[in-house]
Parts: sequence; C-alpha cells; structure tokens
Amino acid sequence: MANKFIIATAPHMHSPLSTQSLMRDVIVALMPALVVSALVYGLSVLYVTAIAVVSCVLVEFLIQKYLIKGASTLGNLSAVVTGLLLAFNLPANIPWWIIVIGAVVAIGVAKMTFGGLGHNPFNPALVGRVFLLIAYPVQMTSFPEIEPVVGGIVDTFSGATPLAAVKSGALSVVDANLGSMFGGFTGGSMGELSAAALLAGGLYMLWRRVITWHIPVAVLGSMAAFAFIVALMQGGGAELYALPAFHLMAGGAMLGAIFMATDYVTSPMTPKGMLIYGVGIGVITMIIRLWGAYPEGMSFAILLMNAVTPLINKYVKPRRFGVITAKK
Amino acid sequence: MTVLFSTILTLCVLGILAAVILYFVAQKFKVEEDPRIDEVEKMLPGANCGGCGFAGCRAMAEAMVTREDISALFCPVGGAECMKKMATYLGKVAPEKEPTVATVRCGGVCSKRPRTNEYNGTKKCSMAAAFYVGETACAYGCLGYGDCVDACQFDAIKVNPETGIAEVDADKCTACGACVKACPKGIIELRKKWPKNRAVYVSCVSKDKGAVTMKACKAGCIGCGKCAKVCAFGAITVENGVAYIDSQKCKLCRKCVNECPTGAIVLKGMDPLPKEPKAPAAKPAATTEAKPAEKNESVNEQK
Amino acid sequence: MKTFPIGGVHPSDNKKWSCNKAIETLALPDVVNIPLGQHIGAPATAKVAKGDKVLTGQLIAEATGFMSANIHSPISGTVTAVDLQPNAQGLRQMMITIKREGDEWIPEIDRTAEVKRECELDSAAIIAKIKDAGIVGMGGATFPTHVKLSIPNGCKAEFLIINGVECEPYLTSDHRTMLERGEELLVGVEILNKALGVEKAIIGVENNKPDAIASLTGIIKEKKFAIEVEPLKVQYPQGGEKQLIAAVTGREVPPPPALPIHVGAVVCNASTALAVYEAVQKNKPLIERVVTVTGKDVKNPCNLLTRMGTPISQLLEMAGGLPEGDVKVVNGGPMMGRAMVNVDSPVTKGCSGITVFSGEEVRRVPTSECIKCAKCVAACPMGLEPYLLQRLAAKQMWDEMETERIPDCIECGCCQYTCPAGIALLDYVRLGKQTVMGIIRARAAAAAAKK
Repeated sequence: MANKFIIATAPHMHSPLSTQSLMRDVIVALMPALVVSALVYGLSVLYVTAIAVVSCVLVEFLIQKYLIKGASTLGNLSAVVTGLLLAFNLPANIPWWIIVIGAVVAIGVAKMTFGGLGHNPFNPALVGRVFLLIAYPVQMTSFPEIEPVVGGIVDTFSGATPLAAVKSGALSVVDANLGSMFGGFTGGSMGELSAAALLAGGLYMLWRRVITWHIPVAVLGSMAAFAFIVALMQGGGAELYALPAFHLMAGGAMLGAIFMATDYVTSPMTPKGMLIYGVGIGVITMIIRLWGAYPEGMSFAILLMNAVTPLINKYVKPRRFGVITAKK
Repeated sequence: MTVLFSTILTLCVLGILAAVILYFVAQKFKVEEDPRIDEVEKMLPGANCGGCGFAGCRAMAEAMVTREDISALFCPVGGAECMKKMATYLGKVAPEKEPTVATVRCGGVCSKRPRTNEYNGTKKCSMAAAFYVGETACAYGCLGYGDCVDACQFDAIKVNPETGIAEVDADKCTACGACVKACPKGIIELRKKWPKNRAVYVSCVSKDKGAVTMKACKAGCIGCGKCAKVCAFGAITVENGVAYIDSQKCKLCRKCVNECPTGAIVLKGMDPLPKEPKAPAAKPAATTEAKPAEKNESVNEQK
Repeated sequence: MKTFPIGGVHPSDNKKWSCNKAIETLALPDVVNIPLGQHIGAPATAKVAKGDKVLTGQLIAEATGFMSANIHSPISGTVTAVDLQPNAQGLRQMMITIKREGDEWIPEIDRTAEVKRECELDSAAIIAKIKDAGIVGMGGATFPTHVKLSIPNGCKAEFLIINGVECEPYLTSDHRTMLERGEELLVGVEILNKALGVEKAIIGVENNKPDAIASLTGIIKEKKFAIEVEPLKVQYPQGGEKQLIAAVTGREVPPPPALPIHVGAVVCNASTALAVYEAVQKNKPLIERVVTVTGKDVKNPCNLLTRMGTPISQLLEMAGGLPEGDVKVVNGGPMMGRAMVNVDSPVTKGCSGITVFSGEEVRRVPTSECIKCAKCVAACPMGLEPYLLQRLAAKQMWDEMETERIPDCIECGCCQYTCPAGIALLDYVRLGKQTVMGIIRARAAAAAAKK
C-alpha cells in the first residue's frame, strides 16, 4: 500500500489559533500606545522598550536553556509581551539597569520560577513593575517633562502625573484636562499616556477575539461606579461626572483593565468569574487611589486579584447546559 | 530603648498566648489512635503503591492492627519477610504467599509485528485501546505507550524503544500489581517468581484464530496445542486459541519451549533443553543451544 | 436567527467541494460485508448461513431484543461467510459476507419513483414498519428509530424536530438529500408526525444551505405540508441533539439520564426521514444511503448513493482515489468522525461521509503548555470546563470529574478544536467520560444487586 494511514481520535480539524498568534495580536494591539508614547516622549521610549523586550527575552532564553533545560519557549512570544508591558509601566527616562532588573524579576522570579508560561500565579510584568516601584521609588515616579513633538497643542505637566497631583491636593479633578488625558499628552508611565490609543488596542483585541469584554468592562465599570458613588457622597456638583471620568483616564486604569488584568494565565476561566475578578480590581484600585498611600493602585489591585483567581476558578462554575438552578 | 523593650515584651506575650491556645486546641481535638498503627506503618515499605488493595501504607497498617484475621492482607512490596515482622509484632499469624513478578506477555517486537499505521493521538495505551486496534494488526498486543510505566512506582518497567514492548526489571519489580491494572490489553500477569529470575511463559495473549494471529505477528501463539501435549504436569491449557502456562503447576522442565513453532513460549534465566536428534528440520533452532546463558533472554526472537 | 445558547465554534465548513455535486448512484459492489452491530444496542442475530441465497431487501439479521435493529441484504447473491472481519478500526467484528449475483429485489418493494403521500396506517403500524425496515438514526449516532418513536410512559411528544443541520464541516449528504429528495423527505416527516401524534414538525437547517431551505419551503407551500423550516445561524455543534432542541424550541434537555422526550422533543435526522418514507410507503428497508466522499486533495468529491456493505475503498476510487503520501481517512466528518485503519471496511447505516485529510492537515498541531486562555470553557456547548476535566483525567481523579459533570460531555470536540496550545483535551475528557460512566454503571449495578 502506497499510503500510510494516520490515526487519531476526533476532532481532525484545528482552529488557526495558536499561543503565538494570540500573543502576536496582543503585540499589535499594544502598538498604538507605543506610537503615541514615542511621539510624546521622543526616541527614549523606543530605547526603553527595546531594552525591556530584549532583556525579558534573554532572561527567558537563559533560564529555559540552562536551568530548566527544556526546549526554547521564545516562539510563543509571551516574553515579548511581558517586555512590552513592563516597558509600558516605566517612565521614559529610567536608567537601563533598572529595566534589566525589572526584566529579571518579571521573567526570572514571577514567571520561570513557577515553570514558565501557563504556571505563573501573578502577572509577570506587574510583579516586575511593583518590585521596581518599591525598590526604586524615586526613579519610578519622576517622569520627564513632555517634549511637545506634535505641534504646540500640548498641555505640559512637569513631573507629576495627574493622579499624584490630585493626591497631593495640587490639582482638582474638575480642573484636570480630560481631553489631553484621553489623547495622551499628560505625564505618566510610557504606556499609560493615551487612553484613546489603549482603547483602540482593546477594540482590536476584542475584534480578533483575543479577549472577551468581561474583564475590561468590569474593571472600568466598577471604577466609574465607585467614583460616582464617592462623588455623590461628597456632595456631588461638578465632581459627579468629573471624578469617574478622571479616574478612568488617569494613571494605569486603561492599560491595567485592557492589557494587564486580561492576562490569560492569571485571570479566571469563566465569564462570571471574570466579572467578579474585574469588579474586585476596580474596587481595590479606587480604594488605594482615594485613601491609600500610593497615588495609583492598579498594579496592586491586579496582583491581589491574581491571588484570588484560583479560588474564583474553584467556586465559580460556568452555566451548565440544561441545569436549572432556580429549581433548587 | 523603651521601643526595643516593649517590642520584645509584646512578642513574648504573643508567643505565650499562642502556645496556650495551641495547647488547648490540641487537647480538645486530640484523636485517640492505637500507637501500634504508627509502628506497623514504619515497618511497611512506605511506597503507598496500593498493591495491597488499600489506599496507602497507613490504611494497610490500620487494617493490620484492627483486623483479627490478617490472612487476607499482604504487602507485595515488603513480601513475606515484612509480613512476618509485622505479624510477630502484633502477635498474629502472617499469611504465606509466594513471591511473584510482573510478566509482560507479548513478544510482538517490531521485526515480528509490522506496523500498519501511525497513531497520532495522545500516546496513552488506554486511549488508543479504546479507539482502535493499534498500530499493528494485532488487537491483543502491547501498544508500547507506557501506561504501565506511568503506573509503576518502582521504576521496574520500561518500554524498550527498539522492540516497542514493555519490559520488566525483575529485580526491581515488587509485584504490587499497578501495571496489571493499568494495562488496557491485560497483557501483564503476576507470575510465580523463581530463583535467578527463571521463567517459562507464553508471551502472547492473542485470542484470534491461528491464521489471523500469524498474519499480524510472527511471534504470536497460534493455539496449535503442541506445548500442552508435551507438558507432563498439566500446566498448559489452550483456550480461545491461545496457550497458557499455569505458573503454579509449571516445573520449568522446558519441554514446551522446543515444541512451540512460533517461539511464543519464552524461556528466561535458563538454557533450553537440547533438541532431540529425531527432528532434523529443527536444526537451525539447535544453534541457539550454543549460546551462553546470559543471552537466553532473547531465545524466542532468534527462532 | 436562532442558535443554541452556550458555546460553539466556527470551523470553516469546506462544503464547497461537494455541495453542488448531485447524488450519483455507485455501481453495485461485487462483495459486501454487513456488520451485525451497526447501531447502538445489541448486535442483530444472523438469520442466514454460509451458502444461503439472498435477494436484495431480504432480512438477513434480526433485532436482538428491543434496543437493536434489523439488517437486510443490500444485494442479491450468495452468503459466503458469517465470520469475524476487521472493521474500520481494525477490530474484528461479526459480519455477513455476500457475493453478488445480479440485482434481484424481493417483490414486496415498490421501486417506482412515484411519490406516494397518503398513508392510512396508524401510529403503532408505522412504528412496526420502521422497526421491520431496520431504520436507525443516519446522522451517525445510529440510535434505532423505532425506539426513539416509542414514547415512554408519562412523556408526551410536543415537537418533532428534523435535523437538517449537518453542522459537521465537509459533509453534504443530508444537504443533497434535502435538495433532491425534498418531497419524499417531507412525506416521511408527515409520517413521523403521525407516528408520534404531534401536529407540527420543524426542520432545522443551517443557513449555509440556502438552496435547501428555499427548495423545502417551496415544496411545503406548494403541496401544503404542516411542516416548518427553521433557518439556523451557522455554528458547530448545532446538529447535536440537545443543541438543536435548544436552538429550535429554547428548551434545554436536563443532564443525563434525562432524554430529549423529557422536554417534549423528538429529533430525527433528515436522511432518516427519507428512509422512513421509503420504508412505510415503498416497503423498502434501509439498504442504501447517501455518502459524501470529500477532502481537500480528493480529485472528484462526490455524493454517492451507496448500498450498505460496500467497501469504502470503492467509494474512494469513485472519488478519484486517495492522494499521495500520508493520509487520514475519516469515517464521518472532521469534528467527530473516526479515523480508519482499514479502508476495505464496509459502509454502514451511520456512515454519512468519508473525509480524506492529506498533507499538513493529516497530523495534529504541536502541543504546548495550557495558557488558561479560557477558550475551551467559552467553546463548550455544555457549559463544562474542558481544561479542568483534562487535568483531572490526567491525574485519574474520577470522583472529581463526576462532580464536574463529565457525563454531560457530548464529545463534540469544540474544546480541542479551539485550544491555541493544541492540547488533546478531548482525548483526556473522553477517557474520563468512559471511566466515569463505567463507575456509574458499576455503582448502579451494585445498587440493583443490593435490592
């Protein structure tokens, strides 16, 4: 017989999806924010991003080859995504060695220690960022002044981010330039600048079905609702709408809700679980922002909810076909 | 200084408080247990293999202590020695049981049993066996994906990549029976363990008709019954087209080995009997006699 | 447009190769092998022995008990053997081998093409005729149709749903049958209605077959049938019995052991409805069926009207032979079909298509670590968590699998299809389901023995 018969159990078709294709889509979705950041802060953005990506990839490669002694896992591009996300959480003027330390912590400690992609309980990029934030608070929170690369329409903030300014009482949310925050011309970490660019990336990922709407909507929705209630209790007025809008666009809200919280490995598996997880992130973020010591709480909130994810997975089950719970 | 002092004091008070709470909790929730269970558990091998039929060594130890009659209990890993030790400690009578060893009854090595297709599914015997005949035309033979290897806790069974068949290391095998349960084809059997790992067994379980078996595998038992005729001890039965040697009745006389036309009867740890001169047709087989004893494990393959 | 409520995937349907090919009649085979077990339930008992002469349509094996089906000779000739033969999976199965001599039919069968609509028989007589004709579900599940039509006490059929979904990619046999034999099929549905005592039947057809929907709707309007055609949104596994009921009626069948009848629904395949028509109106038993032979590299994809027992190799030859190199020949569609070892095995009652894979498609995608992307959970039409079930099965945690509702699994393959890490989820889930079902059966048997 000329033919060799190949035998396998059904299904015999496979979707075009692969881990690599999903990660590639995430990278594409991150590009608008990177471009905005580069336009605002200049070439140093690309420099920081390149160092972060290269060091993440290198750390993963070395650990996989010499400690785990397994086949290379670089092909799944997850190290590139981690590198990009780590870079997005850094100021554009950060020294190169801090980036490398961040990469070692993100990939080496938060990811490969647990066995690599799929096994890490916490979002690697966020672990890296939080480590740097605690270890190098000065470098991590002093942002360069904005170089108005694009024309003169830029509303310059020197140094402090809107969140820090509001925290210290230097700025009232009603006075914050929301349009500028949406567009991306207010200070902050590289990836946090433009809510619009991040939203565009999020829409792309939704369209490509990389993520579902549950987590971003739950995070942003609960943040807005929380801010609205707080403003209501403080007497309303102009803050009633300004406070929610400000918090949605300030700091890492968009980046966190769209790219960080939706990390596959560390987020729940069921739609219901995703909503619980998202609301948890939103509420914790707002509590830290309003009453905590740090101006921004997104990273902490996501890491805290990452820790809850296994519990959510255990107790929150999907809707089973044909099982009517109302009967019980 | 006061800060340091108050810190030390607070910690000390906390420590004492916790200790007191723990003490009372431990008292309240104390479980009375026969201390002999711990002692017996220590005597057991501690492999938790489940070969005794219990969930682990602890459960076995409990049964050993609580049951009056322990004749139904046996630890295959520790063997008679371990059983005796425990029985003496407990003042009970240890059951007598002969040592056994897991035996893979399939001789369908790659050269004898041609592959007819390629299995691209998950490489688990249980999955392949539930789906189809396997990569060869024999529906009874070893699939070689190693469910038995996964089940073995003693590193005693390995799939030989050259033959594609599982092989037991008789010295490591504890006869816990995990592989017997894991094999979806029912090829592995616990057989009486002779000194120096000697063994005679039919290395085939194919219930197919002789012609069908022969077509699928040159090393298969075709159920001709020649072996049963020469056996002086009534140890060999032929049922459903396959011969079976009862390891309790077999005396290792080896007469059957020379009779088998396909070499399905395997002889291990011993020289084969010299061929009787009346059959000149069997000449090529006579060359195997000259082989040193170490190589006798592959006698069946040389035929 | 309606569809089922949870999960589902959208594989490329690849029906384009064969959906426009009219049904051709395959030349009669010289030798047929008829397996005695080609349905769910007990294998039939052979009624012929070596040397017997049989006519086309003659009963050659009788149903063994209630949950079984009759088998008829698909050709006329001499029985040459009743023996074990390797089936498509290479496992040996009892089969009746018949050598063909001409094609002489038993006289009771009406072989005219004239459509006979009136049926004076009552429900019991119709079901008896269906049982005699050995009709089983022709979508692949091969559940004996007369068992399905015998409504258990305390239940009432409210809906008859005809499954014209054909959600399996590649396959077009039901599609062509609906298109070319529409009127007869509708009469069959009418007869099934009568057998069940329901007023109205609904034919669920996926929207990727607009010509079949138009043709059936046209005939219904013209000939005034009390049948409705329900176009459904394309989504796999719409043709799953429970999914189809949910899509059409909005009712969800509770988990096993509940049956569709507990929500008042009876589902029959479209081709089965045609077989019912032929059995009741023309006295023709189930001896032939339409089989799609297709695949990317198949030279001449086609829909063949084939006698049961025809070697599949003959069908493949008609379709231009197997492509070069490594191939995977699948009995059924790509999502649930079974890969074959032996292409000389016969066409059986449940064989709706032969799909040939070659080249890159022949092997599975490489496997990597689970990244917990939750796509399997989102895809599962039964609301299960395949990633979790896979882990539990790998660790042999059968009790936990039962609490995670493994018996609900319909083995549709959506989870494995969608997994970006290429993990063989269904392999493990299937193993777990088989083991857990075994445990459940053993428990039930033990409980029964105690009583």
